[in-house]
Amino acid sequence: MSALHELSVVEAAARVRRREISAVELTRAALARIAAVEPQVGAFLTLAEVEAIAAAEAIDRRVAAGQDPGLLGGVPVGVKDIICTAGLRTTAGSRILETFVPSYDATVTARLRAAGAVIVGKLNCDEFAMGSSTENSALAVTRNPWDGKRVPGGSSGGSGAAVAARECHAALGTDTGGSIRLPAAFCGVVGLKPTYGRISRRGVIAYASSLDQVGPLARNVADVALVLEAIAGHDPGDSTASPRDVPAYRTALEGSIRGLRVGLPREYFVEGMQPEVEAAVRGAVDELERLGARVESVSLPHTEYAIATYYLIATAEASSNLARYDGIRYGLRAPGRLALGDMYETTRAAGFGAEVKRRIMLGTYALSAGYYDAYYLKAQQIRTLIRMDFQKVLEQCDALVTPVAPTTAFRLGEKTADPLTMYLSDIFTISVNLAGLPALALPCGFDTAGLPIGLQVIGRPFDEATVLRLGHAYERATTWHTRGAPL
Amino acid sequence: MAITREEVRRVAALARLRLEPAEEERLTADLDHILEAFARLSSVDTRTVEPTAHVEDFGAYLRDDVATNPPAGDEPLANAPATRGRLFRVPRIIE
Amino acid sequence: MTTAGIEPVIGLEVHAELLTRSKIFCACSATFGGEPNTNVCPVCLGMPGLLPVLNRRVVEFAIRLGLATHCAIAANSRFARKNYFYPDLPKGYQISMYELPLCTGGHLEVLVDGQSRRIGLTRIHMEEDTGKNIHEPNADTSLVDFNRSGVPLLEIVSEPDMRNVAEAGAYLRTLRSILQYLEICDGNMEEGSFRCDANVSVRPAGTTALGTKVEVKNMNSFRSVEKAITYEIERQAAALGRGESLRQETRLWDAEREETRPMRSKEFAHDYRYFPEPDLLPLVVDRTWVDEVRATLPELPAPRRERFVRDYQLSTYDADVLTQRKDIADYFEAAIAAGAAPKEMANWVTTELLRIVHDEKLDRALVIRDWPVTPTQLARLATLVQSGTINRNTAKALVPRLRGTTRDPQELVAAEGLGQVSDRGALEAAVADVVARHPAQVAEFRSGKERVLGFLVGQVMKATGGKANPQVVQELLRTALVA
Repeated sequence: MSALHELSVVEAAARVRRREISAVELTRAALARIAAVEPQVGAFLTLAEVEAIAAAEAIDRRVAAGQDPGLLGGVPVGVKDIICTAGLRTTAGSRILETFVPSYDATVTARLRAAGAVIVGKLNCDEFAMGSSTENSALAVTRNPWDGKRVPGGSSGGSGAAVAARECHAALGTDTGGSIRLPAAFCGVVGLKPTYGRISRRGVIAYASSLDQVGPLARNVADVALVLEAIAGHDPGDSTASPRDVPAYRTALEGSIRGLRVGLPREYFVEGMQPEVEAAVRGAVDELERLGARVESVSLPHTEYAIATYYLIATAEASSNLARYDGIRYGLRAPGRLALGDMYETTRAAGFGAEVKRRIMLGTYALSAGYYDAYYLKAQQIRTLIRMDFQKVLEQCDALVTPVAPTTAFRLGEKTADPLTMYLSDIFTISVNLAGLPALALPCGFDTAGLPIGLQVIGRPFDEATVLRLGHAYERATTWHTRGAPL
Repeated sequence: MAITREEVRRVAALARLRLEPAEEERLTADLDHILEAFARLSSVDTRTVEPTAHVEDFGAYLRDDVATNPPAGDEPLANAPATRGRLFRVPRIIE
Repeated sequence: MTTAGIEPVIGLEVHAELLTRSKIFCACSATFGGEPNTNVCPVCLGMPGLLPVLNRRVVEFAIRLGLATHCAIAANSRFARKNYFYPDLPKGYQISMYELPLCTGGHLEVLVDGQSRRIGLTRIHMEEDTGKNIHEPNADTSLVDFNRSGVPLLEIVSEPDMRNVAEAGAYLRTLRSILQYLEICDGNMEEGSFRCDANVSVRPAGTTALGTKVEVKNMNSFRSVEKAITYEIERQAAALGRGESLRQETRLWDAEREETRPMRSKEFAHDYRYFPEPDLLPLVVDRTWVDEVRATLPELPAPRRERFVRDYQLSTYDADVLTQRKDIADYFEAAIAAGAAPKEMANWVTTELLRIVHDEKLDRALVIRDWPVTPTQLARLATLVQSGTINRNTAKALVPRLRGTTRDPQELVAAEGLGQVSDRGALEAAVADVVARHPAQVAEFRSGKERVLGFLVGQVMKATGGKANPQVVQELLRTALVA
């Protein structure tokens, strides 16, 4: 039998339900694994050992009493530190919230608990989810479990790394421009950004309100589907959460993909991509064709404007969302007897890192008098064109397939000199957020350095089922996802 | 130049960010660089295009007028840097 | 101070706190008070990750006001963020409305010196209130209470159509009246549920270009608004008279010094960076909803006033006083239904009843339920006076005795023999007696001092225990004094 921490979510939950293992055993195994590998990985900002054991004991009592332990009953999971957990420090990877303890759970946190999941700790991320490598975290460094000198991707780097390192069976991340999919690809795990509005954002510290979405990361597509089912659905605490019913995603996975029409947007196969990445993705496309999918070339003509569009809209919303960090009701306050204006300015200067400041500045500028039309409004208009591009091709295709990133995981410090270079890592993921579509990242190969390569499957709004089915079919025909990081 | 140092100063004041001179210089260069790259957006013809404020396909959610929140205990002040009794304390506000 | 040749241009911006049960974006109570920072939750405190959820009743109230003021109700409207930093603004932005408000293009009919004037409304929109800053004297800190944060407000912006202080005052009173009729706001300036900022500029009479606009804030009563606008018009006219140019600025009314002064804080040029609120979806108000709300509208003050003039032959002035508040107008009509004559009843309500209402501050309530006498009782009293059964003084004295009871005044009059004595024969003796006892006053009257008659009438009233018919007494006295 494989070590407990190697079990999939589906298998672990099933065994707890069948009383073959206890939740406490699973949790202790996860905590032991964390103790063993954290020095190399650094995925966690806060561990909640005592609370986790208590939660696990409660699950075991339920099982013993013959009660339903929940979809994720007994399964240790991690939560990105941008998602609020009642009584447990939530920092958003920032100094400005370094000691913040919310009195409330995010809706997704509450749903995890209600589903019986055991939260073992909070995962490192780029500060306020702004970044593509987790190097913008002000509080810790997370390393890619496949190569400790490389980034795990971002902004949900802790989530990707923890799952890849088998420190927890699944994790929640958030994705605003690729922040679940990129770490999933770089860390060789599966990650899903659902349709905008599929999952509640209540209690998720906001970066860009019209783009942020919570999503699951796990080691295979079935696990991701199970977690999605546990946390998705309407929430009266989030006006942007869809009222649509949540299908039983875990049962939507089976079924042939024969006849599914898969589009390859030609703008996503560009010069400058790492050749092995392109080769792996094309290999995956061939596999999909062998499985019966009909592949065709399509065009998303406004792709070249996506980065600029995203960075103007996201930073504009962020500049407003981060205005509440003013040292008055919570968070860091600059010391000393300062006049009000000075207090605001020095608190925020001390509490925010360089990338956050850069984005606040860019966003404030894009909204400011005289520039609103040229920047913010223009970006929102081009966003419409990008959405229409996708709408058009998704009329003839059931899904689109692309690489997740132009390269595999780059080295720590490699892209920090020029912000624009870092922004370009998002080139294949970003349009999906602008259009609000669901997208899955899953392993489709490794480069010669042994680093994972990710495949992206993009679907129609609220058609996670097709995306998951495609991914699951591909996974069943391949073994990339079974390879574990050498830790 | 897509953005000047003067404008960076103005924007920093709007955003309540105190910048050291070196920071100000670096940010001006960064933002200028970024905005130059974004300048190509202006070449897209958007005269007849509606801006996307929301991607959702469903209408506004409205809640019933019921006051179900209980009176707050200690939670509002638990993370506060400075308080007096149950009030948040801030540097003097001048009007 | 003469402002001849100068035309003031005045616009008013009113913020009305709504009488919903809960706040606009969260389920905290909208009626705040009590311990600081207890009527709060993570949403209205601006805690990380929390999101606004719109209260349906706030929209309903906005539609009601929009319909009552002849506005167009937008089928599609949108919330927007107004971004600025201030300690009482927890999110660092206020959720308001900007490019697409709910109501536009309405108007109010206001009465000024008996003449009706139409004042345009630019827009009405919904927004959230801020917390409250508490300034401690002699301290280098201020304190903040967020109980009020998130209470729903309607912002009502007038066109700059007012040309003098009287119109401004009339506009405010009319607007408050409408809000009370609709029962959406109690219109209390002193308590802050009805706030007013003024935009004042002046220009040479007869020109059409607008002068430099000055915003005036911090007026906490109707009187302050009138004084502040008057002061500001004079200040601006005087400056122009001296050839000075005026700065576009915000000034605060100082109620102690009775002047406006510029704000002391370094006022950043207000760049609010409005953009559509991404956490709230566009609001769709369809015809059906508008029609449903329209069906709930009561008869509004202006049409009701006109009906009172028409149906009850009241003066515009009296009708105006009676229809300022819906509860008073309802009371009046209930009394008419109980048989009182309109003119008599108008008199009784506007003098006796309203005096008690004001003295006892019964009008603090949105709807008065605790009347000193019921409409039926007052109707009966008025009828008794009109038929000569009792005199006015007796009737007034009966009011406190009827309070809290359902007794019929007529029955009380009969039981205690309070009927008015009008019989000349019965009164002649009392008259003669008073004339005999007050030779000095009699002499004064005979020498031309008409006023002293009142004293003599009073003496007869006293002698008869207040029951004499004053008109008859007066006639008898005149006869006696001439003799």
